Amino acid sequence: MLPYAKMGYWDADYVPKDTDVLAVFRITPQEGVDPIEAAAAVAGESSTATWTVVWTDRLTACDAYRGKAYRLDKVPGSADQYFAYVAYDLALFEPGSIANLTASIIGNVFGFKPVKALRLEDMRFPVAYVKTFQGPATGIVVERERLDKFGRPLLGATVKPKLGLSGKNYGRVVFEALKGGLDFVKDDENINSQPFMHWRDRFLYTMEAVNNAAAHTGEVKGHYLNVTAGTMEDMYERASFAHELGSCIVMIDLVIGYTAIQSMARWARNHDMILHLHRAGHSTYTRQKNHGVSFRVIAKWMRLAGVDHIHAGTVVGKLEGDPAVVAGIYDCLREPSNPQNLQRGLFFEQDWAELRKVLPVASGGIHAGQMHQLLTYLGEDVVLQFGGGTIGHPMGIQAGATANRVALEAMVLARNEGRDIWNEGPDILAAAARHCQPLRAALDTWKDVTFQYASTDTVDFVATATAS
Amino acid sequence: MRVTQGTFSFLPDLTDEQIRAQIEYALGKGWALGIEFTDDPHPRNTYWEMWGQPMFDLRDAAGVMAELRACREATAEQYIRINAFDATRGFETVRLSFMVQRPATESGFRLQREESAGRVVRYTLQRR
Repeated sequence: MLPYAKMGYWDADYVPKDTDVLAVFRITPQEGVDPIEAAAAVAGESSTATWTVVWTDRLTACDAYRGKAYRLDKVPGSADQYFAYVAYDLALFEPGSIANLTASIIGNVFGFKPVKALRLEDMRFPVAYVKTFQGPATGIVVERERLDKFGRPLLGATVKPKLGLSGKNYGRVVFEALKGGLDFVKDDENINSQPFMHWRDRFLYTMEAVNNAAAHTGEVKGHYLNVTAGTMEDMYERASFAHELGSCIVMIDLVIGYTAIQSMARWARNHDMILHLHRAGHSTYTRQKNHGVSFRVIAKWMRLAGVDHIHAGTVVGKLEGDPAVVAGIYDCLREPSNPQNLQRGLFFEQDWAELRKVLPVASGGIHAGQMHQLLTYLGEDVVLQFGGGTIGHPMGIQAGATANRVALEAMVLARNEGRDIWNEGPDILAAAARHCQPLRAALDTWKDVTFQYASTDTVDFVATATAS
Repeated sequence: MRVTQGTFSFLPDLTDEQIRAQIEYALGKGWALGIEFTDDPHPRNTYWEMWGQPMFDLRDAAGVMAELRACREATAEQYIRINAFDATRGFETVRLSFMVQRPATESGFRLQREESAGRVVRYTLQRR
């Protein structure tokens, strides 16, 4: 292997500049590979290096362009894993392009043979770089003002079954759920334009449902119309139709790619549209701790890219989500700046430089009986999505929606009154159920449903350096 | 119908004691309370009439309740909401907004549909 460290890709004395892009990787070197060499190789392969020396380096100010590994810590409790910190000069990156950033940082380097496994744990973006991105098209503050909804989490649900409903039947679910008390209903990630329901049909029936529900309640209502499609041209066509129909929100899937996401964020800003992102596909690379990209990094990229909503974990539901990891991700999305917080997996301080805030979405196997836990873990600026927990209600969809809304409002009221909702939550829900039969039925139906499995993506931090 | 705008509209109408507890909560956060009323609860009616200015310097729930009583006396049969405004940087917006009076009978809305080409319908909400 090329002596990357000697070539300048390792510099233990390097002090990162305020303008550097910083990354921390979890590296698992192949047996016999010195960890410092491995860290230097990661810095090299994610910046200027190739597998051999090229004389044309000498035509450049190559010292400046080299990524520099500057710190190496053994991962606590692990025999062969290390946290390697790498600094990159700002000049390496095109302004405002997640595609360009990721082509370096998670490009060839992830297939590099001398490391057995590699995971991008966290990144720090300098203000100068953050300022080259649009950021969320709408942001939490403006979204709430447009919707006229304050002081409580928003409520949503995904239409079920995911696949097979006709446009007319689909709109029925939307109408019932919104009239019953939800703020939003949502297309699923794989609802695009299939033989059983073409997209125009879905959009037309859904907007009838949204407007009818608004008339019944006097509230602003919405449905995330998924505009994901095979080409940008198709996506723009669908988004434009949603706009023409008066929808306040459209939706895209993470699998459309970073550039498409940035394009849709720009479109959404230009059309006063809230942009919802479903994180379809992320678990293929975020879930295992030794290899891939942690979701907190994806969340940071998506705040830069400019989405307004992003699915970011529930803690208590059916999908992966360690409480500390999820709290760290929510911090990246909702705070004006993040201090370093190793217990939450945040390796760096991050200043978001007035970029707007992204509303996290908690979805997947949650129900009304968990309301006190959800409010405690996730706070107020979040969309709680109860799909099965609304549509699977024994008394019907409207009743399911009402149960969730009553449970939520009762819990917020109690919290604001100073009650200890973590411990008194079940009593608060039982009391609210006395004036709400649908809530009583929900609590009875789902009282035993929990998902108690060990998380695979957890924080394992000790702050002291062991080998540098 | 029941207009379900506001943070607590799905609960039974709040008692004065419950309203006061929410005001205490907002004051504890450093938010300014404001009272607004309207006879037009259209969801896009952003600007209800203000019952005076937001009470930026009033830190006492009893004072807010006194203003609410006065507003209620002057605006029977209208909607009243209490807003809690947070001037902190990064928010600078309402953080809590809940109804504290509504008419005995709420007339509700009728959905007007104007059909146009390609099955597209233009929707608008009208007071009944």
